[in-house]
Amino acid sequence: MAERLIHFDEIKKNNRVSVLLFFFFLILIGILGVVVGLFWGSIEFGVILALIFGLVYALIAWFSGADMLLALTKAKPATKKDYPHLVNTVEGLSIAAGLAIVPKTYIIDDTALNAFATGRDPEHSAIVVTTGLLNKLNREELEGVVAHEMSHIKNYDIRSMMIAAVMVGVIVMLSDFMLRSFLWGGRGNSDREGGQAQIIFIVIGLVLAILAPLIGEMIKLALSRKREYAADATGAMLTRYPAGLANALKKIKNDPDPLVDSANKATAHLFISTPFRKQKGWLTKLFSTHPPIEERIARLEQM
Amino acid sequence: MIEWIILGVVVLVALLIIILYNSLIGLRNQVENAWAQIDVQLKRRNDLIPNLIETVKGYAKHEKSVFTDVTKARTAVMNAGTKEGKAKASGALTETLKSLFAVAENYPQLKANENFLQLQEELSGTENKIAYSRQFYNDIVMRFNTKIQLFPNNIFANMLSFTKQEMFKAQESEKKNVKVQF
Repeated sequence: MAERLIHFDEIKKNNRVSVLLFFFFLILIGILGVVVGLFWGSIEFGVILALIFGLVYALIAWFSGADMLLALTKAKPATKKDYPHLVNTVEGLSIAAGLAIVPKTYIIDDTALNAFATGRDPEHSAIVVTTGLLNKLNREELEGVVAHEMSHIKNYDIRSMMIAAVMVGVIVMLSDFMLRSFLWGGRGNSDREGGQAQIIFIVIGLVLAILAPLIGEMIKLALSRKREYAADATGAMLTRYPAGLANALKKIKNDPDPLVDSANKATAHLFISTPFRKQKGWLTKLFSTHPPIEERIARLEQM
Repeated sequence: MIEWIILGVVVLVALLIIILYNSLIGLRNQVENAWAQIDVQLKRRNDLIPNLIETVKGYAKHEKSVFTDVTKARTAVMNAGTKEGKAKASGALTETLKSLFAVAENYPQLKANENFLQLQEELSGTENKIAYSRQFYNDIVMRFNTKIQLFPNNIFANMLSFTKQEMFKAQESEKKNVKVQF
């Protein structure tokens, strides 16, 4: 369906962010290319090499990113035979969201209560829930959670999240590559002004290596916090029952085991609630990928 | 000079009418598509019912009146011609299914039957899908109806013979809680 009901502006915002992220990505790759070029003695060569490398990586990640994520979190397809209730819920809510194609449903065998959605667009998307969530939530609560994930898909959040993840991946890989090639030592140009270039290269490489994960965190954080509120609201629109998601979030909050074993820093921003042990302090709050769960519950209860 | 201004106005109005016409056609197709989605789910539910009745009969032979009620309501959904009629018949069928599952509560062996449990899950899943497709359909119909009633759209919509679409109305008893759980 070409037009989606109310959250049309959410989709527009996401498309803008996606384009912006892509240009940011190109510029960054260009800078890295210049640095590599300085090292090898030809800036053009470095830029072209970095662009080819970056774009090939981006293309591969674009088309297989969702599958890689699913493999990384050890998600398995949920069949209608084994999980009829879950599959029915996903099918129902994709009808409510007006999606032309039902997202694929996956299961993570983990006692923690969590869920996420991924994909490059609604036609190639997946919803993943843990078995813990399936076992501990009642029908309305599960519907609330699935509706929240369906909203991420419908609003194209999954796309900008995916681009962010790919970008961070490239930055980390390139800075890693630079550090390594410094360790092997530059060949051929050390007799010319290579010495000076090498120093610049090392410094920039080091700075990037330190900054890359930090930049990545900042981007993901900027992307995902507001989106959680928006997805909560859209989800409530889909089920017409905000209390379902609110109760689910309460259960998730009070669960003693928030840890998803297969989650790590790279996948944390995807989940419906932080997949790590609860930590306190302003620093963790600043770098949290999710808004405080109490605040989300309060907003749902006011609807 | 005047001629040019008139020509400009005419071209502008024509353009606006074309844009309006196209967007109304798009919306009306969406309404039809959303309706088809409801129809798919209504058919799916109708297909599940004979199997369900057979299964329940195996354990609860004497509850004949419930079976005939359900069968009648099912036929009514199939034969309903108008959207309004379909909505009504569908609501009535939901009610009779509720009483069928209430009857089933009295037969512990039936409730332990694997086949019955599967059908129960399928049926309540389908009931929810009917509710969701109805919700989506009504949202789109509301958008369509609002668009053709707004000024100045209403003048052209009338000329181009776009008329108000019917909502898929729930029965009074259904209104309180959209979700059905057997």
